[in-house]
Amino acid sequence: MEQSVQAATVTPPVSSTRSWSEGLAFAIMVLALAIAPIYIYPMFLMQALCFALFACAFNLLIGYGGLLSFGHALYFGWASYLAAHSAKVWGFPPELAILTGTLTAAGLGLVAGSLAIRRQGIYFAMITLALAQMMFFFALQMKFTGGEDGIQAVPRGRLFGMIDLAHQFNMYVTVLAIFLAGFLLIYRIIHSPFGEVLKAIRENEPRAISLGYKTDRYKLLAFVLSATLAGVAGSTKAIVLQIASLTDVDWPMSGEVVLMALVGGLGTVFGPVAGAFIIIAMQTYLAQVGQWVTVIQGVIFVLCVLLFRRGIIGELAAYLRIKL
Amino acid sequence: MFEIFGIPSQALFSQLLIGLINGSFYALLSLGLAVIFGMLNIINFTHGAQYMLGAFVAFLLLQHTGIGYWPALIVAPILVGITGMIIERTMLQWLYKLDHLYGLLLTFGLALIIEGLARNYYGSAGLPYQMPELLVGGYDLGFMRLPIYRAWVIVASLAVCLGTWFVIERTRLGANLRAATENPTLVRAFGINVPRMITFTYGFGVALAAFAGVMAAPIYNVSPQMGSSLIIVVFAVVVIGGMGSIMGAIVTGFGLGVIEGLTKVFFPEASNTVIFVIMAIVLLVRPAGLFGRRA
Repeated sequence: MEQSVQAATVTPPVSSTRSWSEGLAFAIMVLALAIAPIYIYPMFLMQALCFALFACAFNLLIGYGGLLSFGHALYFGWASYLAAHSAKVWGFPPELAILTGTLTAAGLGLVAGSLAIRRQGIYFAMITLALAQMMFFFALQMKFTGGEDGIQAVPRGRLFGMIDLAHQFNMYVTVLAIFLAGFLLIYRIIHSPFGEVLKAIRENEPRAISLGYKTDRYKLLAFVLSATLAGVAGSTKAIVLQIASLTDVDWPMSGEVVLMALVGGLGTVFGPVAGAFIIIAMQTYLAQVGQWVTVIQGVIFVLCVLLFRRGIIGELAAYLRIKL
Repeated sequence: MFEIFGIPSQALFSQLLIGLINGSFYALLSLGLAVIFGMLNIINFTHGAQYMLGAFVAFLLLQHTGIGYWPALIVAPILVGITGMIIERTMLQWLYKLDHLYGLLLTFGLALIIEGLARNYYGSAGLPYQMPELLVGGYDLGFMRLPIYRAWVIVASLAVCLGTWFVIERTRLGANLRAATENPTLVRAFGINVPRMITFTYGFGVALAAFAGVMAAPIYNVSPQMGSSLIIVVFAVVVIGGMGSIMGAIVTGFGLGVIEGLTKVFFPEASNTVIFVIMAIVLLVRPAGLFGRRA
């Protein structure tokens, strides 16, 4: 029963050469995000950008390391709590609040990651989920998180003491800059020698070990990087929406980020971004149908797994025979 | 009334009893997960939803047809098991050759659908389910009061668990099953219909979850989210025990239930998290799990 673990892969092997199609797609994405606030409600865009970065961070782990974390809400949610708390109670400026949240996520990622990589495959997913649930209970019991109320009315503050983030335009530019920086960092990681080794481990771990790579170290570093970037996303979200709540650390959030990456395309560079926008748009516009959102999400999961395993961007790339 | 470590014995024993009850459900569910994983190579995330479905079917049977607890204990698992077999035939069978993670994602999606539908039609509040008359009341054991229903749950789940163990480890059918787990191609060459066996295995694993759900109905209220929090704990139980051994799943399930119950007495703040902490410790000390066969 073990043979299929190594043989099957998440996506077709990705070649590491940079391609014109990725550059073009990146230019289109930046252009679209630059003019989007004229036409679309900026709050929606900023929320979607935070989740897009979250989904990209998650995708770094599953799409390139082959590691399915079912507990990424842990890093997103706890970073969000610490960013909110440090901005509201300690009076940190936004850049330090985001840094605090990010470092929290990195630390948690280091601890959870070093436990989770002790087991492979399906156990890895279950361990990450269980650890995230444990930290959910901590969040529920600890005083500073505000329990069911969460941390509300988080001040946006002034970025570097100068730029007032209460202005929607300033906030949007800041979020866009954070998103693009995170996105490019992930792109760089994927195409670095480290990223190549990571893909080798995804394809065939025993082989990578026999070539002399300490695969546990690579997996742990990938895990910490992914958790850290999820932390950036969570912290930024706390500043943008001015709230940190239990929703961000609960297991449905972990499922949601999986769904975003899956809908867009696991192991594609742009897929998680597209997936995040689709899922957030769906939640925003279907808010009036209430509970049906869960059912619709479930149906999308099932359809994606049965029919569109490559996701929207993955299918598009395959159809056009380009890399995205 | 006497005291143990400064805790009134009444409180200690009643928490121990609750621990055993929870342990029964952990054991039944992790057993089902292990059996399904062995044959299908899929971690059944829908397991929690199917447990909830068992309780709901029992509730609906009583509500609409007047069918009571005892028939429901048989009928509900069969009905839920049949829906499981339909799911296996229509969806899961296409995933066996793929990476494990797709099975997890598909069954997660199914869990969202089932829970979402239940919440749409019945709301989030718990629905009460009447305890069967035969099992109302309790015995006075001198040091504590033992509610009959709770004793019944422990005995019944233990019997079902051990029965499952016996069938899998000690009968011809179980031998075929174990052989098919190891090498399905070879077993097919012997003329055994492995795909049908897989379908029935999934149905059986799901039926176990539904059986646990029916038994849980009179204790906890019947509610749409009763399965989702439980399944995550059961995942931790499975990580601790490892899925290689049937008896391992049973022992780990009951054992962790008892530990959780005791934690509730001595250190109540940690009762929600103790199983996860144990999981972390086991991963540090014995990465393969207590009963795991390979690292």
